[in-house]
Amino acid sequence: MTRRWRTFLVVSAILFAAACTRKPGAATALKPTGFGAALVESSGGKQTGTVGALLPQPVVVQVNDEQGAAVAGALVEFSGPAGTTFDPPSGLTDASGQATTNVAFGSTAGRYQLTARTSTKAQKPIELKIEEIAMGYQEQLGFQLQNKYCASCHDPESTPERVSNYDNLEVKPHPFTDGGTLNGMSDDDVTAIISHGGPALNKSALMPAYGYTLNKAEIEALISYIRLVSDPPHHVTGTAYARK
Amino acid sequence: MIPQPMRKWLRRHVLASPVHRFGWASLLLLIALAVAPTKDFFNEWRHYQRQYRKFISTRSDRLTLQHHFTGGVQQIWLPELTVVDRCTTCHVAVSEKSLQGDASVPEPFRAHPPVAHNVQDWGCVICHRGQGPATELAEAHNATRAWEEPILPARYLEASCGQCHRAPLTGTPQLNLGRNLLGRYGCVHCHTIKLSDGSTVKPSDDPPSLSHIADKTTREWIYAWLKNPYAYSVTTTMPDFKLSDADARDISAFLIANSAPVTGDSETVKNAPPDATAGASLYGESFCASCHAVQNAAGNVVGGDVGPELTRIGNKAKPEWLRAWLRNPRVYNPETAMPHYRFTEPQVSLLTAYLGNKSDSDLLANVHLNAATPEQVAHGKLLVTTYGCAACHEISGIKKPDNFAPELTRVGSKPLTEIVFLPGMKRSTPDYIATKIRQPRAFGAGLKMPQYTLAPTQIDALTTALLAFTDRAHDLPMALTVPAKAPSNYQPAGNAGKLVADLACFSCHAINGRGGDMAPDLSWEGTAVQRPWLLGFLKNPGTLRPALIRRMPKFNLSDSEITQLTDYMMTVYQTPAFDRDSLLSTGYTPAQVQRGKQLFYSKYACQSCHIIDTKADKGYVGPTLTQVGSRLNAAWVYHWLKNPQALQPGTIEPNRSMSDEDALALTAFLMTQKGSSKQGAKK
Repeated sequence: MTRRWRTFLVVSAILFAAACTRKPGAATALKPTGFGAALVESSGGKQTGTVGALLPQPVVVQVNDEQGAAVAGALVEFSGPAGTTFDPPSGLTDASGQATTNVAFGSTAGRYQLTARTSTKAQKPIELKIEEIAMGYQEQLGFQLQNKYCASCHDPESTPERVSNYDNLEVKPHPFTDGGTLNGMSDDDVTAIISHGGPALNKSALMPAYGYTLNKAEIEALISYIRLVSDPPHHVTGTAYARK
Repeated sequence: MIPQPMRKWLRRHVLASPVHRFGWASLLLLIALAVAPTKDFFNEWRHYQRQYRKFISTRSDRLTLQHHFTGGVQQIWLPELTVVDRCTTCHVAVSEKSLQGDASVPEPFRAHPPVAHNVQDWGCVICHRGQGPATELAEAHNATRAWEEPILPARYLEASCGQCHRAPLTGTPQLNLGRNLLGRYGCVHCHTIKLSDGSTVKPSDDPPSLSHIADKTTREWIYAWLKNPYAYSVTTTMPDFKLSDADARDISAFLIANSAPVTGDSETVKNAPPDATAGASLYGESFCASCHAVQNAAGNVVGGDVGPELTRIGNKAKPEWLRAWLRNPRVYNPETAMPHYRFTEPQVSLLTAYLGNKSDSDLLANVHLNAATPEQVAHGKLLVTTYGCAACHEISGIKKPDNFAPELTRVGSKPLTEIVFLPGMKRSTPDYIATKIRQPRAFGAGLKMPQYTLAPTQIDALTTALLAFTDRAHDLPMALTVPAKAPSNYQPAGNAGKLVADLACFSCHAINGRGGDMAPDLSWEGTAVQRPWLLGFLKNPGTLRPALIRRMPKFNLSDSEITQLTDYMMTVYQTPAFDRDSLLSTGYTPAQVQRGKQLFYSKYACQSCHIIDTKADKGYVGPTLTQVGSRLNAAWVYHWLKNPQALQPGTIEPNRSMSDEDALALTAFLMTQKGSSKQGAKK
């Protein structure tokens, strides 16, 4: 009786320990067959997504050797701030040296620094930091609104669906990522420009007034989005980075 | 029972006299009475509230926070929604503005980020689900004991918005996408979803009728298509039924044998030599790409998604069918979204040859089918019935099955006990739904649900949309729902109405609540534009917005058709808000025009989005205004300037809250912009 009890305890302790081990890849125990010297981002960095939800595009990283050639079969592990999930959390690089994962954010809005890890043959770890941006409800609303009202002038990038008007303007608008300028403006100033147009702050009249088109909550949402995507980051109370 | 020394001790000290006995009994009673308050003192929520008081005492805003704090069990009660919500007992600071966005605040004390609703009015469980009345963490958040509904993962949170809001919301892109996919992938052909108002969710796809399929394509193509729809079209919404070779052979045999020819549609082809350049330019001029996509060499799909993808149309469509279709698609399918272009015979030949060349020689290379036997045809019919093909496609001789697949009206509240999970799967409703969409056949042999090719974000979106169909959504009082715009089946009358149907105007334009959003709403077009301009535009549609890739095609309408359409639009499509002729288009003083010009270029800086002077102005966001004086009516321009959203809800032209004088001066200036035919031709 006691021996069986002890066995049960030992087994359940092991199971419990296994269940608690959150080390990525521990459960699947992938055996790497290749080792690289460098880890580079192929695609999926600097995306904007919604808290809790999947990023629109998967994150793809590539493992290279000293000569810059792709390495197949290298183990890549992904990790991120609390709440971030990776599907899969680790994997071996494919024939083209790439490892792909689908990332879902935790429930806090802000910047997420993801880490991809692999190691050299000598077990020296190689790390790659990838930054993504998670929008909460308000930022999401702002994102949708800026897509409709602002992006045709403030986003210099053209797509087939939306040709950018940026180059056509005599006074160039600030892209919303231009933290260098926009971080220096208070929320009240930005609200004034959106509501009353550029001349409200002695700036260009090419920026029209939206105060009779957008309501207060919508303008607040727009500003929350602008603050979230600004580069360098806009620091408010607390921190713009999601906690580890 | 009781050992001897103990009994001795008891007799000497406890039971010695009635006074002793009474004393000890009282003590025991007191201890028993103290158990309940002690338990209460040590319970979870008091612990959190003590922690919170300690936490705020270190902050600079402690006075405000202390002032706002009330101890004890907090409760938000929403009798209409049958919600009792005690979450704020532990989440004491959800509404604290000064804690908002501060990631250094520990849970459960974080403030709720700003959302469209006030937490104090709506509580938490309406959106986050979980057990509102519980005051212990495990019971509130997880599925424990008799309580089944756990917290909804943040990943699918927008589902909760969809319980009350039936119309798309700006802030819920994932829910909007999911609802769109439910219609677009035709899920609701097989799965009924009833809404609380008694209506059902309607599909938005248009699966073709298979009753005349032998006119259109070959048995070999049907076989290859059934085996792998994605090999033919990467954008198709037709799923893969994972059919065996024999089953695909028999279904194709049945469909061909069952097909009846469409009368008046059997002309043989006069072979036209393919002229790739001329064909491509006619394809481009007719703006086929506004609705049809083609996969380019780089693998990117370019073009619209109203009609089917045409990358390999030459493998599918028989040339004689393509000719007849291009001549008038309404002969084969009276309900099609494709307009009836009035192509000339040489144009029809040109396009037929051009499209016929769009093919992939590998697609049908390995398909070799012998003549079908009657047994194969009979077996094919059986399979078509078994797999419910007629739920989506019209097939003559086979009735559309009712409730072919399980109803999903309350799928978001499906009890865990009714779900069969796969081994190793997380036991939650959202995970079940997502897995079921991702790999439907994994749940058992002989399941009929086919395999769809969906991106992970699409699966999440569909799951979100399905999780919105809960008991609460279904039993919600009507007063609390925010209904979607009622669908309109508006149809213009008379000859103009026939033309509107024939040209499929509703595929792109909306009128009185019906139609697409690719092109401008025409409900008040008669008030907006001048008659001569509309006549000219229908004859030869120029472009108003040079930056747009989707444009109005030229339908080669006859003069009498153009007059009919123009007369109808000018007479019927008028706003009741003001009279079209209430302002003159000419007769403004030069001073007014001059002032308007100044306002245009300086105060309102309209040139940032519009072009008046093609040499100096570059604004490409709004329409070009070089000819606005001969296109629009003065009254429309004036009222548009005063309040654009009143005339076209959702337009991005900002409301500038203009004074009457400014609006009039700008109207005067704009009405002098008559353009010239030369300028128009240049654009």
